[in-house]
Amino acid sequence: MSDTKTFSLDGVEIGFSDGDTIMDAALRAGAYIPHLCHNPEFTPHGSCRVCVVEVNGRQVSACTQPAAEGLEVDNGSDAIVEERRNLLQMLFVEGNHVCPGCEKSGACQLQAVAYYTGMLSPHYTHFFPQRSVDASHPDTAIDFNRCILCELCVRASRDVDHKNVFSLGGRGIGTHLTVNSPSGKLGDSSFAATDKAAHVCPVGAILPKHRGYEQPIGKRLYDKRPISIVGDVAANEPGNKGDRHG
Amino acid sequence: MTHDEIIKTIIASAGVSHDAARRHLLQYLCQIQQRLSYIPGDAITQLARLTQLPESEIHGVIEFYSFLHKQPRGQYDILLSDSITDHMLGSRKLLQQLCTRLGVEPGVPRSDGLVTVDTTSCTGLCDQGPALLVNGTAVSRLSDQRIEQICQLIETATETSQWPAEFFDIEDNILRRDLLLADETAAASPDGSALRALIENGSDALLDIIEQSGLRGRGGAGFRTGMKWRFCKQAEADSHYVVCNADEGEPGTFKDRVLLNSYANSVFEGMTLCAGIIGAQQGYLYLRGEYRYLLEPLQALLQQRRDNGLLGQDILGKDGFNFDIDIHLGAGAYICGEESSLIESLEGKRGIPRKRPPFPVTHGYLNKPTVVNNVETFMAAAKISALGADWFCHAGTPESTGTKLLSISGDCERPGIYEYPFGVTIKQVLEDCGAVDSQAVQIAGAAGTTLPVSDANRCIAFEDVATAGSFMVFNKERKLLDMVQNFARFFVHESCGFCTPCRVGSSLLKDLVEKLVNGHATQYDVAEMKQIGALMKRSSFCGLGTTAANPVLDLLNRFPQLVEEQLAHSGYEPAFDLDAALQDARDITGRDDAGAHIEAST
Repeated sequence: MSDTKTFSLDGVEIGFSDGDTIMDAALRAGAYIPHLCHNPEFTPHGSCRVCVVEVNGRQVSACTQPAAEGLEVDNGSDAIVEERRNLLQMLFVEGNHVCPGCEKSGACQLQAVAYYTGMLSPHYTHFFPQRSVDASHPDTAIDFNRCILCELCVRASRDVDHKNVFSLGGRGIGTHLTVNSPSGKLGDSSFAATDKAAHVCPVGAILPKHRGYEQPIGKRLYDKRPISIVGDVAANEPGNKGDRHG
Repeated sequence: MTHDEIIKTIIASAGVSHDAARRHLLQYLCQIQQRLSYIPGDAITQLARLTQLPESEIHGVIEFYSFLHKQPRGQYDILLSDSITDHMLGSRKLLQQLCTRLGVEPGVPRSDGLVTVDTTSCTGLCDQGPALLVNGTAVSRLSDQRIEQICQLIETATETSQWPAEFFDIEDNILRRDLLLADETAAASPDGSALRALIENGSDALLDIIEQSGLRGRGGAGFRTGMKWRFCKQAEADSHYVVCNADEGEPGTFKDRVLLNSYANSVFEGMTLCAGIIGAQQGYLYLRGEYRYLLEPLQALLQQRRDNGLLGQDILGKDGFNFDIDIHLGAGAYICGEESSLIESLEGKRGIPRKRPPFPVTHGYLNKPTVVNNVETFMAAAKISALGADWFCHAGTPESTGTKLLSISGDCERPGIYEYPFGVTIKQVLEDCGAVDSQAVQIAGAAGTTLPVSDANRCIAFEDVATAGSFMVFNKERKLLDMVQNFARFFVHESCGFCTPCRVGSSLLKDLVEKLVNGHATQYDVAEMKQIGALMKRSSFCGLGTTAANPVLDLLNRFPQLVEEQLAHSGYEPAFDLDAALQDARDITGRDDAGAHIEAST
């Protein structure tokens, strides 16, 4: 594809085609903009705000903002990085994210992006919400404590699996992931471990059973190289089309 | 009728397509809620079948809207308005009186199922508060005596239709009239003059007139109405829509209630005018659930307009001028005042804002070009059509032509509706409404701006202090912190939960404001509030999140001495309140003596 139009991302010219968002063009060019709710296989969402960039003095989410000729996009200034760090800290205190005990640790996108932005502590007061674990399904468990409401499983189950297993309920700080089944349990739903929805969770909320802590420390996805090089969790899932990044 | 029969009558499904049923989902839910006081599981199953939606998604819609419930409420469902102006008029004491007298806890139905008492966001009766809604109908001017009477009526299970009629008197309280409200008699009659002008001049000429008038959206953002209509007209599609935003949820505003009560003909005329210009055949009035009691009168008025040839087929005899209006109810969600959330809600979904672009003028209701305007904007457009652009733009300022309706409440002798030419000073407004010893004004509601009275020389105008109409006055006796706390709680309740900064930030801010109120906040907490507020302002997804921190930031920036007086002068105070953490234990044991409190026992 020949990109004749360009915009500037932290001073680097990035080519784009009509219809591209800033994120689309950056991903294609191998430039990393931190993100959580975005996955290039799905319609952009814009909810986590972690991909916030500054364009002409306005802050926009790179995953939803159409690229335009001559834009000057700030993706790496101290102010933007600090802002992202604060958004990540908000996500950390909103749920119950206990990295040392979490099976996803070392291969978790939330954790990896947090490291990437230099987050050293959750900073804000923890909410310690009371959330449950759903182990009713034979192959897959859901730990709602770790859900960050990115809606990737909702989108995958709806748009790819055509099953509508997941949706959001509640409002505001009470927003929560729900499972579409008579009991509300995953085991009573039409969910299968082969579903796309089983392979898109960026955190440790939707996890395969029977293979806990498979990778030893040192061999986990983000142990050696940062997320900016390794790429997203979903892109590295064996079942997904991988190698979006070098 | 049994529950099942009632549900069947409401969702009579003959001939309704899945798509149509989905769009109507929220309306079905509102009707079931109104009849049964909750949405039973059976109804959810039937609605899932009718709409072909997963049941979980219907649960998601129910859980999103404050007025919808999955468990039965009381036979009398009472919601006390929780606006700061209601507080100032003593509503919290009345809430306590209601609960004690009826033996209930807020939000929990009494064991005999007779009554539920709860609070709700501003009901738009701030000029005649404290107010409550009983089964969706407003009761104003509450007092100890009125609460006592209500308790007796409930205990004797008296139908609300048998309650004293004066309980339900809602006054317009129009205290200053200008361009829009000048003609008191024409308001009530469907005269069709705006539509005749449209037919005589043609839609192109009329759109020019709207543009020349300089009319800007009255919902607060001030987008040029003529430009919006032109964009929508130019967007090619097989259908266009006109939507009137009557989700007047901003605390302290109530002018749309008055317009819909007494000037709805002009509003409907403005919508029809817009339809004639952009080529729409269908319009919707999105009426906030708190104004449900206006639904039947408005529907009767629509029928009257159809009978008079002002709606329906070949309006005023003009071949092919076809347009009709349906009314959709909201169900207690402030976010639905945001136009893209409103469209989602109109389509029967959770009111989550859409990402933009594309904008509603090209991709709105059902992804078709849609004009969404405020009640007052449509009324002004109708008047401009009938009376001309000059009539309108001789009033106001060059940037903000015409007049603005202000809803004035709080500490003043004469609260009510005041119509002023744009450019009026705050000082003038304060004088006219009889405000003395004022400390501050809160303009444009919880999402607006707090101004000390020393700024009273500033003007109401898009180029200075913009407002959709809310104007709350606080005298020197008031603690502004109470207002800020009320608004901080409001935003926790009303954040839709879609984006991180608003969803989490509003709760963090609320907790810090409470820490300040309780005298435990330090300079560190002040810096935290500023940082969280700035983050919400910069990075939130929609206008709710970008404005939700305004009251906190205004307090910190403009009233530093009030903050200073409240601060604890230690280096660090924990966020954790040990005494508050014992509340669960106190509730379980039923103890509230000194020994059950940390502070009292040390």
